[in-house]
Amino acid sequence: MLRLAEAGAETTHLDSPDASVTVDNPLCGDRVTIDLRCDADGRVTELAHAVRGCVLCRAATAVLADHAVGSGADEIDAIRARLRARLRDATPLPDDAEWQDLAVFEPVAGHRSRHECVLLPFEATLRALSEVRGSGGTAAP
Amino acid sequence: MGPDMATNTASEGPASAVGYDPHPVRAQFPLLVAPENDQALHYLDNAATAQVPQAVLDAVTEHETRHRSNVLRSVHRLAEAATDAYEGARATVAEYLNAASADEVVFTSGCTAAVNLVARAFGETLAPGDEIVVSELEHHSNLVPWQMLRARSGIVLRVLPVTAEGGLDLAALPDLLGPRCRLVALTHASNVTGACTDVRAVVAAARRVGARVLLDGAQHVPHGPLDVQALDVDFYCFSGHKVYGPNGIGVLWGRADALAALPPFLGGGEMIRRVTLDETTYADPPRRFEAGTPPIAQAVGLGAALRWFAAQDRAGAATHLARLTRRLLEGLDTLDAGRGRIRIIGAPSLAPRLPIVAFAIDGAHPHDVAQILDGHGVAVRGGHHCAQPLMDRFDVAGTTRASLAPYNTDADVDACLDGLADALGKLL
Repeated sequence: MLRLAEAGAETTHLDSPDASVTVDNPLCGDRVTIDLRCDADGRVTELAHAVRGCVLCRAATAVLADHAVGSGADEIDAIRARLRARLRDATPLPDDAEWQDLAVFEPVAGHRSRHECVLLPFEATLRALSEVRGSGGTAAP
Repeated sequence: MGPDMATNTASEGPASAVGYDPHPVRAQFPLLVAPENDQALHYLDNAATAQVPQAVLDAVTEHETRHRSNVLRSVHRLAEAATDAYEGARATVAEYLNAASADEVVFTSGCTAAVNLVARAFGETLAPGDEIVVSELEHHSNLVPWQMLRARSGIVLRVLPVTAEGGLDLAALPDLLGPRCRLVALTHASNVTGACTDVRAVVAAARRVGARVLLDGAQHVPHGPLDVQALDVDFYCFSGHKVYGPNGIGVLWGRADALAALPPFLGGGEMIRRVTLDETTYADPPRRFEAGTPPIAQAVGLGAALRWFAAQDRAGAATHLARLTRRLLEGLDTLDAGRGRIRIIGAPSLAPRLPIVAFAIDGAHPHDVAQILDGHGVAVRGGHHCAQPLMDRFDVAGTTRASLAPYNTDADVDACLDGLADALGKLL
């Protein structure tokens, strides 16, 4: 977890992103900024992040940054839903090789007040993807 | 027990030297005596919610098992007993606050509801361009309702800054008080820095422009006694759950003339005098502001809590808490070892303050710190403490906060410091 958090703590930015969204966790004040560029199909081609948050939030951001490129909103939303179900209901994570890093968050299940720390970067990314869709297209090279 | 710890430090010493022993007090709190999973519990989150003594639990159980009924409406024996208990609780609150009359005590669902009640009702009396003074030090509960009023009514909010030591910058107050100022709404004591407000100075300044004064007393009331007449404010708000009472009960105290000048907030239930299909006339305070069935058992519990607290050695507890606060502050200083990693948000001394110590650790998120402390059986609060403007003022995302109560012991503070040493090792 700490190793992942270290990676998530690194701040990156995109010049002229298709969308840049900042989301706050109202419970603790954590803040995640996600910059995105997408292709014509709305799939992530580049993702940058800045996190002011706890170990969980930074680690989740690192996992997301590792796997989001190539995914669209539906896929990321599905991953978020699986992660949320794992945290809330102990629903096993799917046997999905690409997102196995998410298993590191399983011990968080017993700490309900910290679930949002893990989910925050996913919410920021989905909002950014929504913003890209809302703008009517992408700036894909 | 008073909050002005500086006045107590001259005679401070070991708890036994002042005759105060926290252990018999602690023994009255079932959750502290027999915590979940039998793991030792070092409860240092009292500024969020204090624990409840057996006397309060007994009073609530007694009411719910022997006198449960609605109040003020029926004439059967249960209803009479419930009404007596409810109004008795109101009298107890009035006595605790040294209010001129129990009719000045309005029961609400909490401190936040009390502030919102004033924002709604007093707000009805304001005109666009009227001004309200708030501060950077406020809990969101004494800030957001006024922002909402601003959005509804076009009033102007003026903001008193905070000093580097985490107290109100009262030197700036006169410049904020113009002829349109109608209300000064400030905290009596900060839930983050623990700083206590110089109420006398605030009231004097407010009166010069004819403004009313509201105090958010959520943090101060558990460190009473209080004397609202001596404070000479107009409105005073607090919660029951921070003063050893149940959740779901709070108080708005208002001076009789101040309450009488307010229109009702919520409609229905006991707040009426006469209702026709065409119009309604309203009851006098306090019932004017208690629409619907009130939180009866919770009020009974609050009354029991205040009676319990008033019977404690509050002066001895104040000295004890000052000593524990110093132990905590000195322990943090030792942990930091001059490296500048631990930053106290507020005064690093026993200047007039409550036994609340909030600190930021450079490179460690307060939630992570609090999680590690939980593993040591230490309950603290990590986060922004519903005071995000104050976090912005000190340029931190959040802090770790330890807040003490008379049942806390040296062992509680030492467990916290041991846990922090572990957290520093793991996170930095």
